Amino acid sequence: MKCGPFRYHAPTELGEALELLGGMDNAKALAGGQSLMAMLNLRYAMPDDLIDLNRITGLAGVEEEPGGVIRIGAMTRQRVLERHAGLQHSMPILRQALLQVGHIQTRNRGTIGGSLCHLDPAAEQPAIALLYEAEIEAASAARGSRRIGMADFPAFYMTPAIEPDELVTAIRFRPWLGQVRHCFLEFARRHGDFAIVSAGCLVACDAAGRIERASIVLGGVGSAPLRLVAGEALLKGEVPGDAVFRAAAATAGDIEAMDDATYSSTYRRHLAQVMVRRCLEKAFASEEGAAAA
Amino acid sequence: MSDTVLDERDIALTVNGRPRRARCETRTNLVDFLRHGLGLTGSHVGCEHGVCGACTVLVDGAAIRGCLMLAVQADGAVVETVESLADDDGTLSIMQAAFAKHHALQCGYCTPGILMTLAEVERDDTVELSEDFVREALSGNLCRCTGYQNIVDAAMDALTAIRNAKGGTA
Repeated sequence: MKCGPFRYHAPTELGEALELLGGMDNAKALAGGQSLMAMLNLRYAMPDDLIDLNRITGLAGVEEEPGGVIRIGAMTRQRVLERHAGLQHSMPILRQALLQVGHIQTRNRGTIGGSLCHLDPAAEQPAIALLYEAEIEAASAARGSRRIGMADFPAFYMTPAIEPDELVTAIRFRPWLGQVRHCFLEFARRHGDFAIVSAGCLVACDAAGRIERASIVLGGVGSAPLRLVAGEALLKGEVPGDAVFRAAAATAGDIEAMDDATYSSTYRRHLAQVMVRRCLEKAFASEEGAAAA
Repeated sequence: MSDTVLDERDIALTVNGRPRRARCETRTNLVDFLRHGLGLTGSHVGCEHGVCGACTVLVDGAAIRGCLMLAVQADGAVVETVESLADDDGTLSIMQAAFAKHHALQCGYCTPGILMTLAEVERDDTVELSEDFVREALSGNLCRCTGYQNIVDAAMDALTAIRNAKGGTA
């Protein structure tokens, strides 16, 4: 199918885009378009106005701020991020996750901000943002800029907690320092599809080899990515090994999982446990998992 | 929109080395514009929602889904389609010739998209060539005829030849 008609706007400044968005009732912002364009073509989305963000200067790019925060502009394309040498060093799990996002043709257009706002429950970038407790910068013409913690960013299924007149402008990550084990895994029927369940982890150990800090995220299970807090708590203070990984993974058996025509909540919970266990095992098994995260 | 207004723009872009100007409806996607606006029917339209890869073209050197980008977004861009691959006298590119040699197509509907994905891939010399790499690169192009083996064989053959040729001139 083809897009329905809309009025097209291509602002070149963020302020102009926010003014437009603030004054419209049924507008959509177009980032990389790898979800929205499909929704427009299928006429799931029928906006009166389409505000194209691709001509706005200054919304794309990666910068390291004093204090170690990495600020990624919302319109930074996934292909740029997966090839970014600095990010590969400071957050290698991001590249590992990005390589599982769609295909090269979609990553050449798709943006990190677009993925966060689309907020598919199984999408990789929201999961990574939650894993790092990233902060989302959002701006409006009326109220200026504010930051939202990733834990508070999903309002409900595929809906971010931003107002209709707001745009996400950047994502702020604080990389973990030192030796950090990491892994991001997905289970999907076909390569490049959204995962049925995905799991990601960051684990740091102290000098004695005990787990000091752990972050575990699950995608595709709940209506938005979720942290496996119980599993993280179980890992803390333990020496990494099969038994403790299994115990941590088993906590995924208690989470509330989505139920749909294709995959039952029982199946998702089972798969969540398998994926968390595999994810932890892989993080500690591979050389790649040992790099700084 | 309640009152259907025709929203149109004049755009100027470079397509296969030629500057082109045209008027398009803003809701027209790039592949429809190339086919209907410019008569370049080599790029195919399959699923129209970004899954099949038949509409893959290069925009500023990057392989993209022609159905997931508006024509108006390509204003000022350099676009390359499958029509750019062969020489004017019809001599096939190295990749096209390898596809013919290896029987890497049957119905041919997916072939333009696959060739354009590989057109991006063949310019990138930073990656180590392997069958896994080629399969990964082609994972966004669906073919319902071949089972992919001959496509991968053709791509490996041509990519190796292209690399060797580049190495020879370096």
